[in-house]
Amino acid sequence: MGLEGSPSSDQGGLIGFAAPTFLTTKIDFIVNWARRNSLWPMPFGTACCAIEMMAAAASNFDLARFGMERMAFSPRQADVLICAGRVPYKLAPVLRRIWDQMPQPKWCISMGACASTGGVFDTYCMVQGIDTIVPVDVYIPGCPPRPEGLIYGLMMIQEKIRGESLSRHGELRAEDPLLVGAPRANAEEVATLSGPFGNSTQQEEAGGILPSERPTMTRPERG
Amino acid sequence: MSDGATSSNPSVGALNARFGDAVQRTEITSAGQDVVFVNPARNTEVLGWLKDEADHRYDLLVDVTAVDYGGGRPIEVVYQLWSIPHKRALRVKCELPLDALRIESVVSLWQTADWLEREVFDLFGVTFTGHPDLRRILMPDDYEEGHPLRKDFPLRGRFSRAEQTRRALTQDPAHYYKPEDFDVGGAPAVPDQVEPTTGSEPA
Amino acid sequence: MARRTVEYTVSRNPEAGMDFRPTQGLDAAVDLPEPDIGSEHMLINIGPQHPATHGVLRLVCELDGETVVKVAPDIGYLHTGFEKLGEYRTWNQIVTLTDRIDYLAPLIYNCAYVMAVEKLMGIEVTERCRVVRVILMELDRIFSHLLWLGTTAIDVGAFTPFLYAFQERERIYTLHESLTGARITTSATRIGGMMADLPEGWAEAVREFCNTFPNTLEEIHQLLTTNAIHLGRTQDVGVISAEDAVNCGFTGPNLRATGVEYDLRKDAPYYDYETYDFEVPVGQHGDCYDRYLVRMEEMSQSVRILHQALDRLPDGPIDVEDPRITLPTKTDCMNDMESMIHHFKLITDGIPAPAEDCYFAVEGSKGELGMYVVGDGGPKPVRWRIRPPSFVNLSVIAKLAEGHMLSDLIMINASLDIVLGEIDR
Repeated sequence: MGLEGSPSSDQGGLIGFAAPTFLTTKIDFIVNWARRNSLWPMPFGTACCAIEMMAAAASNFDLARFGMERMAFSPRQADVLICAGRVPYKLAPVLRRIWDQMPQPKWCISMGACASTGGVFDTYCMVQGIDTIVPVDVYIPGCPPRPEGLIYGLMMIQEKIRGESLSRHGELRAEDPLLVGAPRANAEEVATLSGPFGNSTQQEEAGGILPSERPTMTRPERG
Repeated sequence: MSDGATSSNPSVGALNARFGDAVQRTEITSAGQDVVFVNPARNTEVLGWLKDEADHRYDLLVDVTAVDYGGGRPIEVVYQLWSIPHKRALRVKCELPLDALRIESVVSLWQTADWLEREVFDLFGVTFTGHPDLRRILMPDDYEEGHPLRKDFPLRGRFSRAEQTRRALTQDPAHYYKPEDFDVGGAPAVPDQVEPTTGSEPA
Repeated sequence: MARRTVEYTVSRNPEAGMDFRPTQGLDAAVDLPEPDIGSEHMLINIGPQHPATHGVLRLVCELDGETVVKVAPDIGYLHTGFEKLGEYRTWNQIVTLTDRIDYLAPLIYNCAYVMAVEKLMGIEVTERCRVVRVILMELDRIFSHLLWLGTTAIDVGAFTPFLYAFQERERIYTLHESLTGARITTSATRIGGMMADLPEGWAEAVREFCNTFPNTLEEIHQLLTTNAIHLGRTQDVGVISAEDAVNCGFTGPNLRATGVEYDLRKDAPYYDYETYDFEVPVGQHGDCYDRYLVRMEEMSQSVRILHQALDRLPDGPIDVEDPRITLPTKTDCMNDMESMIHHFKLITDGIPAPAEDCYFAVEGSKGELGMYVVGDGGPKPVRWRIRPPSFVNLSVIAKLAEGHMLSDLIMINASLDIVLGEIDR
């Protein structure tokens, strides 16, 4: 790094007068260091989690400490997609388009139970996990996760970037341009990822479908 | 539920006296709320009278919704009214058999009904005749699985998750509103004569 | 009890001779559209993912230059199917869903829902429970108005109120958390009572909040109420007459800003609201500035109610003593078999509701929040309908915004105080 003759090296600035005017490092290290500490998140906030994301950016939690000062509201200038909140099918193409608009390298955080799995909303209109639509790097559990959870998730992204290598870029980050706007997962994988589980498998019965059999509480006949 | 009991709400008696057989029956729930069942063919007539008559003046249409009881029973359209001057509530219901889910829109009476009726149309499939812009509001325009809040509609939808995901990603939100809908491209109306403005001239 | 109109402490045109309305009048000739430029209308799409739409709202606007000719809101991007899901859940399980509808004022939703179901089932809750729910609802009115305040201020370019508002919100988050264990998704109520009684010292913590919160409110007042930019962006913007507002179904602060005195806490009182000494702020002009003033004053009035409620908070049980409704205590379940069976039966069978319907509304932070519940004699609802205040309030935006500038549309949208989770449900 040619600092020779520059004012700082002459006057013994940061590096010091006698210090070497170059440093040797790995290109992966320096690139990852730069990427890691200047992540620009794209906040894709929809519901409750978005409020916690705002809380994380506000005074008490102060996300800016992690080099995430600048929330990029334009996907074209963002590195991390934070999908915070539930994603209905009607919103799915919007999420996919925003992901496609982000330049490489990009990462994705799925914040909260609804974004990660559909959460308690195993209904006709909800995407059962955004990993059927876009690739996800970090899932943050919680309903909603606390701001500390979001900060930890972002730190995990930073940790993940630390281990990446430019030589493996194609393998890690490449996306097929033909798949722009298409589901990330194929039909079988979607079925596996979004099958009902837990509480929702046992609650298939709705109120009022069958005529009530309880003699004391039937509705009066309509005439 | 007590049929025919005397109601504390004078509007119920007045409706019975004024409209006779258009009021099919009245109920008071055990929580003391008045329910009036109205012949669906005459809903605007009755509701318009309730809105404009000085002694009743139900000027706030709080809610329009519907209830499907399942088992082939009729779908009820429920109007929830409130009178700000008289501080009274009234619930008006119209029963629509499943093979004739049509009722006249009340948008001409209350602007509120615009979106609320669209929502009922979207989720229950009840057609409101005379509505200025009756199309789906919550579900996508091209939603093909039916009307979600009907009892015969399964909780997770009719299609498989993979099919739902595929359909979701093929839709283009930009097509929901087309430039033609807005008459875009026309020239703005140029006022014939500019009114002289007053009061804001710098001193 | 007197109601009073919001009194302006500032003139509508604070600096003599200046008019903060758009500068249309300064030179009339400027307003004439040139015949050959600007002859085409432009279609602008805002959202569904846009920081200024307060959620996933989509506004399709037709512009003539910078003037809005027509707005078409497109909603449903957060349609979650709450009402359908509710039909598959028992009455008590639905409580968990309610706070995810309006995540800005979760406790009001928790309370409104169980109050409707209790009315349907004919349950009278204990005196302590009534006062506790009043405290929770007023606390969350402040909670919701603070978020509205912060985000609306950002929309007109003021960032500091957001930080101030979130500092106070963090204190309410802490109160939520010590009461329920969650910051937003509280699920604090149960049919016939509460999830748990107040923890030790909680009432004192609320009192401490009530004592110090007005200072912050005063600071925000100083930042915005007489701020020339704020006045210019809000006064005479998005005006609606009282008659139109009622016809369009406005409720809550939006309606009261037009001068209509309609507040369910006064007009259809529940939980002894008629015995609390508070005033309902009412505006005069029905513009964005009046909506701002009404909400600011409502926060002060909520603090007054909170003080009174804390004063009268009685001792005694918080849940009704009815074994068909209230679960046995954890200690009993762990110690005797009957309580364990009782607990198991109540959870698996649920609480049956009569085959009737019931509509119940509370004054939510955004307007009349109604819950319409229909039972069929079983433990699950046939229909659970939320009467959504911001859904109805938002439907008027096209009418409010026409003829204004595009940037005013953002302000009008913000001043309506919408929450998309409840609009789309």
